[in-house]
Amino acid sequence: MASLPTYLHDIQRDIEAYGKAYGLDFWDIEFEILDYKRMQEVAAFGGFPVRYPHWRFGMEFEHLTKSHIYGLSQIYEMVINNNPAYAYLLEGNSLVDQKMVIAHVLGHVDFFKNNYFFSKTNRRMIDGMANHATRIRRHMERLGVEKVESFVDACLSIENLIDPMSPFIVRKAPERAPTSPEPETPEIPRLRSKGYMDKFINPPEYLETQRKKLEREREKPRRNPPEPERDVLAFLLQEAPLEAWERDVLEIVRDEAYYFAPQRQTKIMNEGWASYWHSKIMTERALKASEIIDYADHNAGVMATAPGQWNPYKVGVELFRHIEERWDKGRFGREWDECRNLDERRAWDRRLGLGRKKIFEVRKYYSDVTFIDEFFTEEFCQEKKFFSFALNERSGNYEIDSREFQQVKHKILYQLTNFGEPFIFVEDANHENRGELLLHHRHEGVDLDGDHARATLNSLHRIWRRPVTLMTTFDGKKKALRFDGKDHAEKAA
Amino acid sequence: MALRIDPDHRRFRDIVRGKIKQDLRKYISQGELIGRKGKDLVSIPLPQINPPRFHFGSKNQGGVGQGEGDVGDSIGKSDPNGDGTGKAGDKPGEHAIEVELSLEELAQILGEELRLPRIEPKGKERLISQKDRYVGIRRTGPESLRHFKRTFRQALRRQMMAGSYTPERPMIVPIREDRRYRSWRTTPLPQSSAVMIFIMDVSGSMGDEQKEIVRIESFWIDTWLRSQYKGLESRYIIHDATAKEVDRDTFFRTRESGGTMISSAYKLCAKMIEDEFPPSEWNIYPFHFSDGDNWSVDDTVQCVDILRTQVLPHVNMFCYGQVESPYGSGQFIKDLNEHFDEEDHVYVSEIKGKDAIMDSIRDFLGRGK
Repeated sequence: MASLPTYLHDIQRDIEAYGKAYGLDFWDIEFEILDYKRMQEVAAFGGFPVRYPHWRFGMEFEHLTKSHIYGLSQIYEMVINNNPAYAYLLEGNSLVDQKMVIAHVLGHVDFFKNNYFFSKTNRRMIDGMANHATRIRRHMERLGVEKVESFVDACLSIENLIDPMSPFIVRKAPERAPTSPEPETPEIPRLRSKGYMDKFINPPEYLETQRKKLEREREKPRRNPPEPERDVLAFLLQEAPLEAWERDVLEIVRDEAYYFAPQRQTKIMNEGWASYWHSKIMTERALKASEIIDYADHNAGVMATAPGQWNPYKVGVELFRHIEERWDKGRFGREWDECRNLDERRAWDRRLGLGRKKIFEVRKYYSDVTFIDEFFTEEFCQEKKFFSFALNERSGNYEIDSREFQQVKHKILYQLTNFGEPFIFVEDANHENRGELLLHHRHEGVDLDGDHARATLNSLHRIWRRPVTLMTTFDGKKKALRFDGKDHAEKAA
Repeated sequence: MALRIDPDHRRFRDIVRGKIKQDLRKYISQGELIGRKGKDLVSIPLPQINPPRFHFGSKNQGGVGQGEGDVGDSIGKSDPNGDGTGKAGDKPGEHAIEVELSLEELAQILGEELRLPRIEPKGKERLISQKDRYVGIRRTGPESLRHFKRTFRQALRRQMMAGSYTPERPMIVPIREDRRYRSWRTTPLPQSSAVMIFIMDVSGSMGDEQKEIVRIESFWIDTWLRSQYKGLESRYIIHDATAKEVDRDTFFRTRESGGTMISSAYKLCAKMIEDEFPPSEWNIYPFHFSDGDNWSVDDTVQCVDILRTQVLPHVNMFCYGQVESPYGSGQFIKDLNEHFDEEDHVYVSEIKGKDAIMDSIRDFLGRGK
């Protein structure tokens, strides 16, 4: 690992001091200088020096290399959520670029360390990934590349079927008290009341219905899972008839999916936060007068938004600045919300100076969905000229279809929810009493891609080894897609 | 510089070329990047494999953007490969036509697509068997191939990490996990003793353009097949009213003129097979290129006779490529079709121009024959 040359090391020390003075709170950061080839390699590996062997990293690498050769894109910064954090600098970048990257990285590391959604991630993932690589390599050596890789492919095709919130759900260990057998007649739940009120609050009819409900509940066949399970991968790990190595592979894929999930949940915020801080640190502290033009040029490149594009860096940083301004000027709370006088609103300034505190709070507790939901206001939407667009079927062009605040916001939130991916649940592991797997797609207005859905059933079948059915909706009609290992079938459900 | 990712990249290329994992092929989409080379826009092919997933199908979800514009303004073309999540097309109205594909890559791809059909194991001294080469180190293997140095090095490393190694008493005890074995790769070389006989019509009716087409086509067939098979021989015959055998260099350079007697070439070919390439030991592939303008009907009758009795029984396949020429009648291909319609190892192909060369090569050597 090439250590940083002295002059960059000094810069890093200075910038970290500025960051600390602003209140940023980050782990130690190990910077490493890479040439562009290695940079692309590491980028293709998702920021890690080592990953398990898989062709998709090669695909990513080819894309990065080609777009680099033709000058279409360049990787400026990369940083891993790890303690200590690892970050990379591109060899041969100008000094002002390196400064900017270092400052940007500070923002990311502060975010990784403090944002709640990252709190459950593995902070030693750099070792984690290396372990995964070793484990998969070992399986490949024992069983052959082809066999293991095909299984990895199958697992990857369902890697999006996780529940990003599940690390935060504290599950009680299944209560098993072997000494005290389940009471024959469980107590009928009563509403709490004082003794003399009891017969009014819990009248006999009410108790009767409760008793019946309990009975029905008990007579209902036990289902596995008891409630629809969103973490399909976890369910398969527990229930699917996997061989030891297959279980290991699936576990690895799931681990990595959960590790990367918070980064997808906080893309706008994370980039916005880092951009906010690089520009703050650069313009207020770290820049020399002679570097301003170059900095402005590169910063403009990062923030550029072509028409019809959505740049998380730009949206994020603008929203953070907007929040800061609002809390500095006291533009929040009931009085502000109820003020309908435009002139008054424009001139509103309570000189509270709470902005900095507020954005630190936001970076701690919010994810993209809640960030947008709470702070994407009508004023912000208009000021920053947001619009929503849709495909015009006739012309084949994407056209601006609205600048209405509600519609724009709805669309953003819609795309952010569950990363714009469908909600799929495991309903039953013993479907039709034949040990078949039943999945359910919660339809929310948009149909699945049918061909891909069918092909994904193949992957699921590979893992479950019994027929697999997916309940979904196409064109408003409920459909059951089934794959039994040989043929696909589609039935109206 | 060797990169860790190289094996992954190689594997991806192999999938894209269809060498391995055919089941993934159906998920390959041909994306592209629009780049700039000097003043021109170029399209850079960007093959992509998207494994199946549960995801939303409709592309017309649209998205959210930022900037100027009124309701109804266009912001870009629909992207046929787009995933519909907020990405609109790049820049509307500009056209990029060039496709970047290096000659090397082309040759490789085509080389993989083509092969000698109906090749059979023949001959003795030219039989090349599989070849094993020791290429690396593995964790598993037979004890006889244990790599002592690497095993001990691994054990040393482990002991140092575990802190159980003392330089004063250097004792290294390999355990099972430390063992390293030499590993080998078996490269099967397609065994072949095959000869390609290229026959070209160089008569007056074959203009420069026609000859060029023939040369390009035979050059590529020759080059590709040589790169794919070991122990391949090629012979060259040129003919006008008479035929003679020439060397490779002459074949690709000669400028002749005169009448056309195709039978002369077939006679020479038949003689060559009889004298030098006994069919019991050789796979034989004659390729004949002409503009199809034979001197007389009688000669054509003779041609058909020679082919039927002296050539076709001995060869694996016979390929006839007819170049379109402004002078010739182009009759010969029809005659061949008429007489050898039922013969399944006669392949004819009409080459309309330079663009058709590739198709013609595929006609002859495409997979699945």
